[in-house]
Amino acid sequence: MKLYHITDNRATAVAIKDIPVVEYVDLYNDLKERMNDVRYHVGHYFAVEIEQGLKFYMILLDDKTSEVLVTSFVPDYYAEGLASLTAIHPQFHPFEREMHELYGIPFDSHPWLKPLRFSHDRRDKSSTMDSYPFYTIEGDELHEVNVGPIHAGIIEPGAFRFICDGEQVLHLEIALGYQHRGVEGEIVRNQNRLRQTLIAESIAGDTAVGHATAYAEVVEKLAGKQASKNLNLERMIAIELERIAMHLADTGALATDIGFQLYQVACEALRTVTINTSQAWCGNRFGKSVIRPCGSNHPLTAEKIAMIRKNIADVRRRYNEVRDDILEDKTLLARFDQCGLVPKSEMIRIGGVGQAARASGLLRDLRATHPWGYYTEIKHEAILKHECDVMSRLATRMDEVLQSADYIEKALAEYTPGENIPAPDYEAPLAAESLSFSLVEGWRGEICHVALTDDKGNIAKYKIKDPSLHNWLGLAIAVRSEGISDFPINNKSFNLSYCGHDL
Amino acid sequence: MLFGKAKILHSHGWQYIPDLDAVTLTEEFRGFPLLTDSKDKGDIERAAKICPTGAITVAPFTLDMGRCLFCGECQKCAPKNIKFTNEHRLAATRREDLVVEAGQTAPKFDTSVIRPEIAKYFGKALELREVSAGGDCSVEMELNATGNVNFDFGRFGVSFTASPRHSDGLVLTGPISSNMAEALDICYNSIAEPKILVVAGSEAVSGGLYAESEAVDRRFFDKYHVDLWLPGAPTHPLCFIDGITRLRSKQKK
Repeated sequence: MKLYHITDNRATAVAIKDIPVVEYVDLYNDLKERMNDVRYHVGHYFAVEIEQGLKFYMILLDDKTSEVLVTSFVPDYYAEGLASLTAIHPQFHPFEREMHELYGIPFDSHPWLKPLRFSHDRRDKSSTMDSYPFYTIEGDELHEVNVGPIHAGIIEPGAFRFICDGEQVLHLEIALGYQHRGVEGEIVRNQNRLRQTLIAESIAGDTAVGHATAYAEVVEKLAGKQASKNLNLERMIAIELERIAMHLADTGALATDIGFQLYQVACEALRTVTINTSQAWCGNRFGKSVIRPCGSNHPLTAEKIAMIRKNIADVRRRYNEVRDDILEDKTLLARFDQCGLVPKSEMIRIGGVGQAARASGLLRDLRATHPWGYYTEIKHEAILKHECDVMSRLATRMDEVLQSADYIEKALAEYTPGENIPAPDYEAPLAAESLSFSLVEGWRGEICHVALTDDKGNIAKYKIKDPSLHNWLGLAIAVRSEGISDFPINNKSFNLSYCGHDL
Repeated sequence: MLFGKAKILHSHGWQYIPDLDAVTLTEEFRGFPLLTDSKDKGDIERAAKICPTGAITVAPFTLDMGRCLFCGECQKCAPKNIKFTNEHRLAATRREDLVVEAGQTAPKFDTSVIRPEIAKYFGKALELREVSAGGDCSVEMELNATGNVNFDFGRFGVSFTASPRHSDGLVLTGPISSNMAEALDICYNSIAEPKILVVAGSEAVSGGLYAESEAVDRRFFDKYHVDLWLPGAPTHPLCFIDGITRLRSKQKK
């Protein structure tokens, strides 16, 4: 029996009738074995309401062959529950928790069936932010430290509860949901595609380009339109600029948290140069407005190409000096080395993605494994580090800044200014009754957007996955057995999104 | 090792902007919009229709900067009617002053409604507590940037503090997610009087794209007086710096 429809990240949208509707027990048995192989991981898994109850869709990624496996199932209306996949493969946990929260589906033997984000449309309204069921450990020697939802800096809210033995963290639990704005519902509520694009840009403001690209890809696949070479190059330049800007910000933030002002101010200034480059290109320091479906409002000109080239060369040179010094500075290494370990085996289990996974030696980089746009033309080699600690996560970022600078230079050289790039198209008809997904490697990691259209070609369901959904658990694992005072540097080494998680 | 640090310092040079008030942003930056009305309303109607936050009204022709996300799409629809300038000083002391009318040449900043105690107590030093309630973290990062090595707002005695008990006011970002509404209220009430309330970013000013979301609860605004409204998606650091500076400077009688 055919369990999956096989496609990839470059193909057009899939007609819903082409997606097999399988028996859950068959899927479960298949995944039980299949997910033992590290080449597979889950891209998205969600349920939609249909007349007969709920229909579940799952998107699996095969990193070896670049194939994407899509499947669906409709459990019997009277079924009492579904056997939990999380119990065998923890990477399914946020998806099952979300479906439990929204629809009350009991996932049998799920070890951690807690609310995910306290959505406004959750099933159990008596479950509120204030009643989050934190894990507790009894003992005279232990104490709890509660942090949040409002944190000390200018940062988004989230509640952290530590269980400590003296200074040592035994357990950290992170309760999120404070940032929930109803993003997925707002995308569907109004079919104005400019509005949908802007919502995508606001999913996580620090990943505006990444999420807007994911949205544009989804729509273009539904419209059956292919971006031109120039347009793909622009998108690549924009997303690599965003990667550089955020990796610079995090290098600076890590330096701040160990009181190392030299690196902090140097990185702040370099980030300013980078985001001002975005601003001089499209008018916005975060690259909002640069990505639009089926076209662009800000085609690069010869002057802008020269400006970006000059600024990136400057950033690269100065950042390289910072990087060289960081790698030699013993006082910095004393704090970052061997701190916050997340072994590769754990990263695989929790489904870690992005630069955090790569810092634990796990190759999760869509640019290499599931390329889209211009990444299909270059052979991207992901940067892998194997030390699995804070320093490893910093070192990954530092190397990626230089790699991204290379890519920007390459893309600028390939770009033909003056060659017509169409204006954005917000009206192109979309394929009806189809599923369209996009996979984009943002600076934090794997972004996955999925749209389902109705019989008129309207977007009827929109699902978003920010890499943070997987990686928050990585942070909780990293701080186990570390001193609580090392929490800030661990937090910054991941720098996860609250709003991207809470949606 | 020391040589490496000297090299970084040398390349870093001097980064601070000596006169923040003299800065003119790049031509590409979309700030204050100039509106020109016309007999033929076709273009304006198209612009109003595509506006994702309903910021544009056709008759009378206005654009509400408090709703505007400065995406610039309306300018493409109605190039004769709407022109975004690079003017970043967009602060207003009254919400209604953010609504730009046709023919208006500069943002309105009404000093008559500024409470005199603001200059008296906060003219020399101002500590602020920031609360993000559903903010997408872009405004938050721009607020962080106001204290960085380029803008260095701290040199004028303005900085952000960890505890509301240590602060003189609150800066709100985000459309106010329901799940954050109570924490925001508690935080605001933990700040001792006299205090100021600053609202930063169009999402916070009007709810932006989430104004009608069921996951948003904006009753906070029914209860408390706002001293400064700062539009933008996100609010530019210089817009914040300019707004705060004008809010706390001594008003001429």
